[in-house]
Amino acid sequence: MSALRSVGLALLAPLIAVVVSVLATTIVIAAAGGAPGDFWSALFSNPLPRVRVNIVNQTAIIYIAAVAAAIGFRMGLFNIGLEGQYTVASFAAASFAGAAYLSGFANVAVALVIAMAAGAAWAGIAGVLKTTRGVSEVISTIMLNSIAITLVGYLLNRYGVHEGNSVHTKYLEGSSTLTGYTPYDTRDGQVWALSLLAVVVGVGFWVLLTKTRFGFDLRASGQSESAALASGINPKRMIIVSMLLSGAVAGLIWMPALFGGARSYGTSFQVGLGFTGIAVALLGRNRPLGIAFGALLFAFLTAQSNTLTFNSDIPPSIIQITQGVAVLAVVIAYEVVRRYRLRLEQHTVARELAPPEKEASA
Amino acid sequence: MSRFSRSWMLVAVGIIAAFSVVRLVTGADQISSTGTLRAALVAACPILMAGLGGLWAERAGVVNIGLEGQMILGTWGAAFFTYHYGPWVGVVGAALLGALGGLLHAIATVTFGVDHIVSGVAINLIGAGAATFLAEAIFPDLEGGGPRQLIGLDTPTKITIPGVSDAALAIADKHWFFVSDLAAFVGALTTGMSTLVIAIFLAVALSAWVLWRTRFGLRLRSCGENPQAAETLGVDVYRYKYVAVLISGACAGIGGASLALVSSSGFNTGQTGGRGYIGLASMIFGNWTPGGLLSGAVLFGYTDVLRLRDSHAVHALLLLVAIGLLAYAALRYWRGQRRLALVVAAAGAAFLLWFSLTDTVPREFTSMTPYLTTLLVLALGAQRLRMPAADGKPYRKGSAG
Repeated sequence: MSALRSVGLALLAPLIAVVVSVLATTIVIAAAGGAPGDFWSALFSNPLPRVRVNIVNQTAIIYIAAVAAAIGFRMGLFNIGLEGQYTVASFAAASFAGAAYLSGFANVAVALVIAMAAGAAWAGIAGVLKTTRGVSEVISTIMLNSIAITLVGYLLNRYGVHEGNSVHTKYLEGSSTLTGYTPYDTRDGQVWALSLLAVVVGVGFWVLLTKTRFGFDLRASGQSESAALASGINPKRMIIVSMLLSGAVAGLIWMPALFGGARSYGTSFQVGLGFTGIAVALLGRNRPLGIAFGALLFAFLTAQSNTLTFNSDIPPSIIQITQGVAVLAVVIAYEVVRRYRLRLEQHTVARELAPPEKEASA
Repeated sequence: MSRFSRSWMLVAVGIIAAFSVVRLVTGADQISSTGTLRAALVAACPILMAGLGGLWAERAGVVNIGLEGQMILGTWGAAFFTYHYGPWVGVVGAALLGALGGLLHAIATVTFGVDHIVSGVAINLIGAGAATFLAEAIFPDLEGGGPRQLIGLDTPTKITIPGVSDAALAIADKHWFFVSDLAAFVGALTTGMSTLVIAIFLAVALSAWVLWRTRFGLRLRSCGENPQAAETLGVDVYRYKYVAVLISGACAGIGGASLALVSSSGFNTGQTGGRGYIGLASMIFGNWTPGGLLSGAVLFGYTDVLRLRDSHAVHALLLLVAIGLLAYAALRYWRGQRRLALVVAAAGAAFLLWFSLTDTVPREFTSMTPYLTTLLVLALGAQRLRMPAADGKPYRKGSAG
C-alpha cells in the first residue's frame, strides 16, 4: 500500500466523524428553531483572550485525562474509573497540600506524588479484583467511581472547612501556589504552571509506548492476548501495572488547576473530566499526537460554546451533543476503515500470490 | 406447591422475620413502616427497569453500558410528552426516546461491530448532552418549566384497594412481631400505589415469561450464548440482537419515566444520578436472571430510601445486614462450602460488632451500599455467577464457518 494512501486512510475516519457530528448538530439546531449558520460562525469566531487562556488550560487537563484512559485502552483494559481515581487523588493531594506540613516547591512535589499514589491505589483495587477474582474491570471501576464520590463527599463534609453553604479543604498557602504565565491582561487569567505536566505526560507516554520493553508488551497484549502470552508476557502483571499506571496519571488530572487557581478541593473542583478523557482517548485513537488534537478540539468547543449565550439563543449544552456524536461516529468510522483496509490487504496479497496471467490463460 | 416456590416462600418468611427481630431489638419502627416500604418499592422501579434493560440486551449478547444515557433520554421524554398529552403517552414517549438510544447502540455494535463498552460510553455522553440541551431549549417556555427542570406534571393514577388497605394499615400500627411487618408490606402494596409501579413489576414477570417460555425468547437467548450455532439453525442473529437492544433502551426509558413521574414531581437535569449503572449492578447481583434482578433492585431501592429516613433506622440496618450475612453463611456451611461460609460469617460478625459499638452511621454510607454489595458479590461469588457465554463478544454474520 502506498504511503499516500495509508495517510489518507488514517485521516479518513476523523474526517467522517467531524462531518457527521457537524451535520447532526446542524440538524438539531434547525429542529430546535435556531439558525445553524449563526451558530457555526459564532463558534468558530476568533476566541477572546480570556477564552484563549481557558482553552490552553483545559486542553492540558483533558490531555492528561485522555492519556490516563489510553494507557489502559492500549492493552484492552477499560478503565472507566478515571472519574473516581482523580476525585480521590485530588482530594488527597489538596488535603495534604492545604495542611502545609511542607512549604514551597517541596509541598507541591510531595502533593503530586500523593495524588499519583492515591489514583494508582484506587485503580489498583480494580486491577487486583480482576487478576485474583476475575471481576470485569468495567463493572468494578463503575462501582468504584460511585464509592469514591460518596466517600470523598463524606470526608470533605466531616473534615473540610465549612464556609456558609459550601465546604472545601484548607486553602493552600501563598508559597505553594504556582505563578503561571500571563499572556494578556491580568483579568484574562493565566496559563497554569502545571499545564506543563501535560507535555511531560505526553512525552512520557510516547517514550513508554515506542521505546521501552514495557510499551511493547503493552501493545502486544492489546493486539493479541494469546500471542502475548506465548511470547512470555505475564498477563496478570501487565493488568496490575497498567491499571496502576493509568490510575497514577489520572491522579494528576486536576493538579494544574489546584495549584494554578483553585487552591482547595471544594466547589471549584471540575467534575466529569474522567469521562471527557475517555472520549478524547477514543477520538485520538489512543495515540499521543492524536489525543493532543482531540483534547484541543474538545477544549476549544467547550470554551467557545460558553460564550455563545451572549451571541445566540442556542444553549451552550448543544456542544455536548456534538462531542458525543463525534466520539460515536469516530469509533464507527475507524471500525469501517479497519475492515476496508483489511480487505485491501487481502486483495494485494491475493494478487501477488496469483500465478501470472499468461500461464493462467495457457 | 413446587419445591422451587416453597424455597422462595421460606426466604420471604425469613426476611420478614429478620425485619421483625431487628425492629423489636432496636425500636426503629421506620425500617419496616408502610411509608418506608412503599417508598422502597417506588425507588426500586427505575433500578428495576434499567436492570431489566440490561437483562434483555445481555441475554442477546450485547453489553449495554448506555443504559444510563437511555434512562436520561427517558426522563426528558416522559416530561415532554406528559406535559402535552398526559402521563401514559408520557411513558410511551419515554420508552420511544430510550429505544432511540438503544437504536444508536444497536447500529454501532451490531451493524458496525464496534466494541460494546466504547459505544455505551458514547451513548451516555450523547444521552446526557441531548437531554440537557433539549431541556434548555424547550422547557423554559413551558408552564412550570425552567432550563434545568419541568415540574407540576400529571402523574399516573394511584390506586388503593379499599378493605384490604385499611385492615393492613391498622394491623401494621400495632407493631406486633411478624404479623405487623407482613401487614405493613401488604399495606404498602394496596395503599396509594402508582399504577406505573404495578405495571413495572408486571413487566418483570412478562419479560421472564417471554425470555424463558416462548420460542422467540429461546432464540433470543441463543444469540447471547452461541450466535454461530444460532445462525446455523437459521436464526437471524442481527435481527434478534436489534430487537433486544431496542427493548433494552425502551426499558431504561420507562425507568426514566418512573423517576420523573412517580419518584419525583417532574424532570430535573441529572436526576438519574447513576441509576442506570445501579440497574446494571442489580442485574449482575441477580446473576442475569429476572428473579435475582428483582431482589437486587428492591434491595438497592430500599437502601436508597432508608438514607433519607432517620439515622436511627440506618443504624438498625447494620443489625439486619449482620443477620442476613450470618444466615447466608450458615446456608453455605450446610451446603459444604466451608471456606466461603467462614469469610461471610466473619463479615457478619464485623457488622454485628459495628452495630454494637456505635450509635449512628453516616448517611453517606448507605448510598454506597449498592456499589459495595455488587463489588462483594462479584469478588466472592464470581465463580458461581454465569453470564451469557457470548456476552459482549463481537459477532459477524457468516462467521459460523
